Amino acid sequence: MITGEIRVDHVSKSYPLYFKLRAGFKSFLFHLPSAVESMRHARFEALHDVSFAVEPGQAVGIIGHNGAGKSTMLSLLAGVMLPSEGSISTSGRIAPILELGAGFHPDLSGAENIILNAVILGLTRREAEEQYDAIVEFSGLGEFIGQPIRTYSSGMLVRLGFSVAVHTKPNILLVDEVLAVGDADFQKKSRERILDLRRHSVSMVFVSHSMEAVRAVCDTAIWIEHGRVQATGTAATVAAQYESHA
Amino acid sequence: MNARIRWSLDLVRELTRKELKVRYRNSFLGYVWSVASPAAQALVYFFAFKVIVRIAVDNYGLFLIAGLFTWQWFTNSLTVCTSVFLNNASLIKKVAFPREALPLASVLNDGLHFALSLPVIAVVAALYGVWPRLSWLYGLPILVCLQFLLILGFGMLVSSANLFFRDLERLVTILLSIVFYATPVVYRMDMVPERFRTLLFLNPMTPLVVNYQNLLLHGTFQWGMAVLSLTYGLIWLGIGWWVFSRLRWRFAEAL
Ligand SMILES: Nc1ncnc2c1ncn2[C@@H]1O[C@H](COP(=O)(O)OP(=O)(O)O)[C@@H](O)[C@H]1O
Ligand SMILES: [Mg+2]
Repeated sequence: MITGEIRVDHVSKSYPLYFKLRAGFKSFLFHLPSAVESMRHARFEALHDVSFAVEPGQAVGIIGHNGAGKSTMLSLLAGVMLPSEGSISTSGRIAPILELGAGFHPDLSGAENIILNAVILGLTRREAEEQYDAIVEFSGLGEFIGQPIRTYSSGMLVRLGFSVAVHTKPNILLVDEVLAVGDADFQKKSRERILDLRRHSVSMVFVSHSMEAVRAVCDTAIWIEHGRVQATGTAATVAAQYESHA
Repeated sequence: MNARIRWSLDLVRELTRKELKVRYRNSFLGYVWSVASPAAQALVYFFAFKVIVRIAVDNYGLFLIAGLFTWQWFTNSLTVCTSVFLNNASLIKKVAFPREALPLASVLNDGLHFALSLPVIAVVAALYGVWPRLSWLYGLPILVCLQFLLILGFGMLVSSANLFFRDLERLVTILLSIVFYATPVVYRMDMVPERFRTLLFLNPMTPLVVNYQNLLLHGTFQWGMAVLSLTYGLIWLGIGWWVFSRLRWRFAEAL
C-alpha cells in the first residue's frame, strides 16, 4: 500500500513578474529592452528556504497572513509548479480539495460533475462510477444531485467538492481554506472523514485562518510570514504563538 | 493496458464528453447550429461570387460547402483553444493533470462535429448529382486525421502562448480572417496567378481544402497533397508540442 508522505527540502519559489507581457504585445514591443530586462530580473520571492516533512497519517497546518506564501506552498505540493530551488517529494495520489466549484461546469448536473471531477483528480471512469454512490451519499445533496450546479449554494458546492476529493482514494490531501464554508453539520462530518482517512495513512496539508480548525485537525503547524518560516511545532503551540502575535 | 494510459484516455474522453454535453445542454439545436453557420456562409458566398461575380466554377455550391465546413473546424478549434487554459484556470492552478488533455478535447469535440456534418455534405453533393464514391471511404477518414494533426498542433501552440501574450486572441482572429482568403475556399486554385500559387501552398490549410474539394466533387484523392498535409501536420504538431512543453510548468504561475 502506498502511504502519503511529503518531503520539502530547502524550497524557495520566486515568481517572474509577467505583468509587462500580460499588458499585451503592444506594451511588450514598445518597451522591448526594458521588458526583457524586467523578465530577467524582476522576480518576486514568495517562499524562501522552507523545509518540512509530513509522515503518513500526519496532518500539518500552514498558517500565516494573506500573501505569506501558503497557497504557493500548496501549488508546489500539488505539482502544478516547480520550486525555484530545493526539492519536493511526495508519494501516491494527491487530492487537492478545490475551492468553490473549481473544475465544475455550472451547466452540468451535480452527478455529471462528480464523474468529470473524479476523473480529473485521477480516477478512471470505471473507478469514478464505483465511487459515485458513496460520493452522493456523503455530500448529502439528495435529489439536488440531478440539478445543474449553477443552482447550488456555496455550501452545497463545498460539500460536493469535498466529497469527490475524499473519494478519489488519495494518499495526500491538500486543503486550502475551503472547509470553513459548509454548515456546522458538514464541518463535523468532513473533520471526521479526514480523521478516518488519516487512520488509513493519508497525510494532509491544511491551510486555514481559523486557529480553532488548525488545533482540531492538525498535529503540527508551520507559521509562514513573507515566505519564511516563522515558527514550527505542535499545532497548539504554533497557533498560540500566531494568535498572541496578531 | 497500462493504468496511466487508461486514465489518460478516460480523461480526454470525459473532457470531450463534457464539451459535447455543454453544447447540447444550452441549445438542443446544437447540431443544427454547427451545420447552419457554414451553410449560411455558403449561401452568402454563393450569392456574392456565383450570382453577382459569376465565377466560373462548376457545382459552386458544393465546392463552397466542401471548403467552408473544413474551414469551420479549423477556425472554431483555434478560437476555442486560444482561451482553453484561461477558462480552466482554477483546475490548472490546483490539479496536476496532463494539460494537453484540454486542447486535445476541444479539437476532438469540433472534429466530431465536423465528422457529423459530412452526411450533410453528402446530401448537398446528391443535390448536385454527385453520388458517394468508393474513394470517399478511405479519403475522408485520411483527410480528417490529417486535419486533426494540423489543428491540434496549432491548438497547442495558441493555447499555451495565449497565457503569456494575452492579446494573442485578437491576433488569432485577425490572422484567421486573412488566412481564410489565402485558402482556396471561395476560388479555385487554378484561378490564382502562377506566381502566387507556391505562396498559397505555404498555407497549411491549402492542400487539405484542395484535397477535400477534389474528393467531394470528382472523387479523386490526391496522395501528393495528402503527403504535403501530413508534413505540415507533423511540423505544426512538433512546433505546438515544443512550445507547450517549454511553457507548461509556467502555466500555473501565469494564470
Ligand atoms: N502567480 C503569481 N505570480 C506572481 N506573484 C504571485 C503569484 N501567486 C502569488 N504571488 C505572490 O506571492 C505571494 C504569496 O502568495 P500566496 O501563496 O497566494 O499567499 P497566501 O496563500 O499565503 O495568501 C503574494 O505576495 C502574491 O502576490
Ligand atoms: Mg491563499
